[in-house]
Amino acid sequence: MGSGERKPFENPAIEWVDSRLPIFTLINKEYGVFPTPKNFNYFWNFGAIATVMLVLMILTGITLAMHYTPHADYAFESVERIMRDVNFGWLIRYMHANGASFFFIAVYIHIFRGLYYGSYKQPRELLWILGVVILLLMMATAFMGYVLPWGQMSFWGATVITNLFSAIPLVGDDIVTLLWGGFSVDNPTLNRFFALHYLLPFVLVGVVGLHVWALHVTGSNNPLGIDTKGPQDTLPFHPYYTMKDTFGILVFLIIYVAFTFFMPNSLGHPDNYIPADPLVTPAHIVPEWYFLPFYAILRAITFDVGIPFTDIVFVEAKLGGVLAMFGAIALLVALPFLDKHPARSARFRPWFKIAVLVLVLDFFILMVCGGKPAEGLWVPLAQVATLYYYAFFLVLIPLFNKFEPRLDLPPSIHEAVLSCCSKKKQCCSHPTEAA
Amino acid sequence: MSDTTQQDNPHGEEGSRRDFLYLTAAAFGAVGAGSVAWPLIHQMNPAADTLALSTTEVDLTPIEKGQAITVMWRGKPVFIRHRTEAEIEAARNTDLADLRDKQTDEDRVQKAEWLVMVGICTHLGCVPLGQKPSDIKGEYNGWFCPCHGSHYDESGRIRKGPAPTNLAVPDYTFLTDTTIRIG
Repeated sequence: MGSGERKPFENPAIEWVDSRLPIFTLINKEYGVFPTPKNFNYFWNFGAIATVMLVLMILTGITLAMHYTPHADYAFESVERIMRDVNFGWLIRYMHANGASFFFIAVYIHIFRGLYYGSYKQPRELLWILGVVILLLMMATAFMGYVLPWGQMSFWGATVITNLFSAIPLVGDDIVTLLWGGFSVDNPTLNRFFALHYLLPFVLVGVVGLHVWALHVTGSNNPLGIDTKGPQDTLPFHPYYTMKDTFGILVFLIIYVAFTFFMPNSLGHPDNYIPADPLVTPAHIVPEWYFLPFYAILRAITFDVGIPFTDIVFVEAKLGGVLAMFGAIALLVALPFLDKHPARSARFRPWFKIAVLVLVLDFFILMVCGGKPAEGLWVPLAQVATLYYYAFFLVLIPLFNKFEPRLDLPPSIHEAVLSCCSKKKQCCSHPTEAA
Repeated sequence: MSDTTQQDNPHGEEGSRRDFLYLTAAAFGAVGAGSVAWPLIHQMNPAADTLALSTTEVDLTPIEKGQAITVMWRGKPVFIRHRTEAEIEAARNTDLADLRDKQTDEDRVQKAEWLVMVGICTHLGCVPLGQKPSDIKGEYNGWFCPCHGSHYDESGRIRKGPAPTNLAVPDYTFLTDTTIRIG
């Protein structure tokens, strides 16, 4: 920030700007020579990929807003007009709709990376918490965006999700009326959702800025989870990671583009091509796939919590479900303070490694449950999966703090990368040498 | 805080006086910020034209016994069912101990044959099925919410599933024997 030592640039135009506003010095420091652990694997691409998706969503979103009408009577029609009449409207809308899904794919993988390699641990707690804030903002933005086409799923999704707030004791109903601007989801609701859907991505950009700032204070974690000890452990960000990130971004975008062109509706729900009807609820209201695990947790609480065999109820099932769902995110905030184990990376935590991989499986099970009707075996399955999700954070992590052994950490990244004798990873042994 | 004590102990008195100024300034600031924030929050509440649409009149004559109609009131569906004697009988004979949200059928109707309720599931706001003869009516012969599986009985009372309370009964009055005004 301060005007410390600044190396002059040779190009006079750049130097003229930089001596007045050292923006080129900043870029060079943070993205040119920035020392980055040299042992990143491809999981470290997903921060950059998520940033690209955010920019892509803002660009396509602003262009869509030039043609969209945020009124209950015209919204559905204006989206159809974008699809049929606006030049390349179909492309821009499909890029935006599938872009949301791929933004979430990138972010979920990014979160898994942080979990598995212990990136949330000291000194990166605040970095991690800012990440959870980003996730929450993304969820709010995606939810409101899905309402805008004003199809059946838009309308009923909005109804169900805004009704979550009615579970709050005493003021719940007033809050819901405030959110709706009426007595049901209607034109005022659509209008304000549009305003907020336009606003929140820019708030998101701000929080991403803080997230990156915090990252550049602590430096990146790495697959070994040990601190860098000097220049022999790091590489300059450019060209090594600008290249590696670019490669990862291109592979990711190829998959994204394949969806956008060849199966643009595969991640959406066909009912959203039916105009919203406040008198007919679709048989199965399902949110977008990226909300399904949390939706499953919401529906898993089918029982009141109170004193058994009496009518005394502390938490009704409805409030319990809402608390469990928001609690699932709150646990992520608490994680850096729950986990006190000395090793960061799951590579050196034999028990945590299994538990966190089971958590991933658990997340997928919840995702499947969330997409099924709440009946039959899906309910107990969702309940067991919810139980594991909570137990991972509140039972297993504290137990691991006490009892889990720590495998021997390598002395430094440099030595781990160069040593051919590291037990499992034959990282740099050439076939000829091995023979 | 007289002048004399201030002269006696200038430093201590100066400090507490400064604190007092900070507190009052902050309090005025908070009141000011609150009074600016309130219009910005309250604008989200229902506007005057939205509130003006808050009553609906319904003519009940075309509804035969056993039939039900759905009317719109404040953007929400309202269920009006012309109940049969058997349905009234079943609703009246329910044991209150079996109910989650204990309410007698008499408390829920003005005239036993006309059941008027807001047709919105008290769980998360879906419209339950059960109005059309072909609809699933749930395990208690009333309404069934397909979203999260709540079952309501002949009186619209919650019997099974996640919903916490009975289907709401709106304020309504019989203008004549066969006309009601909702709201």
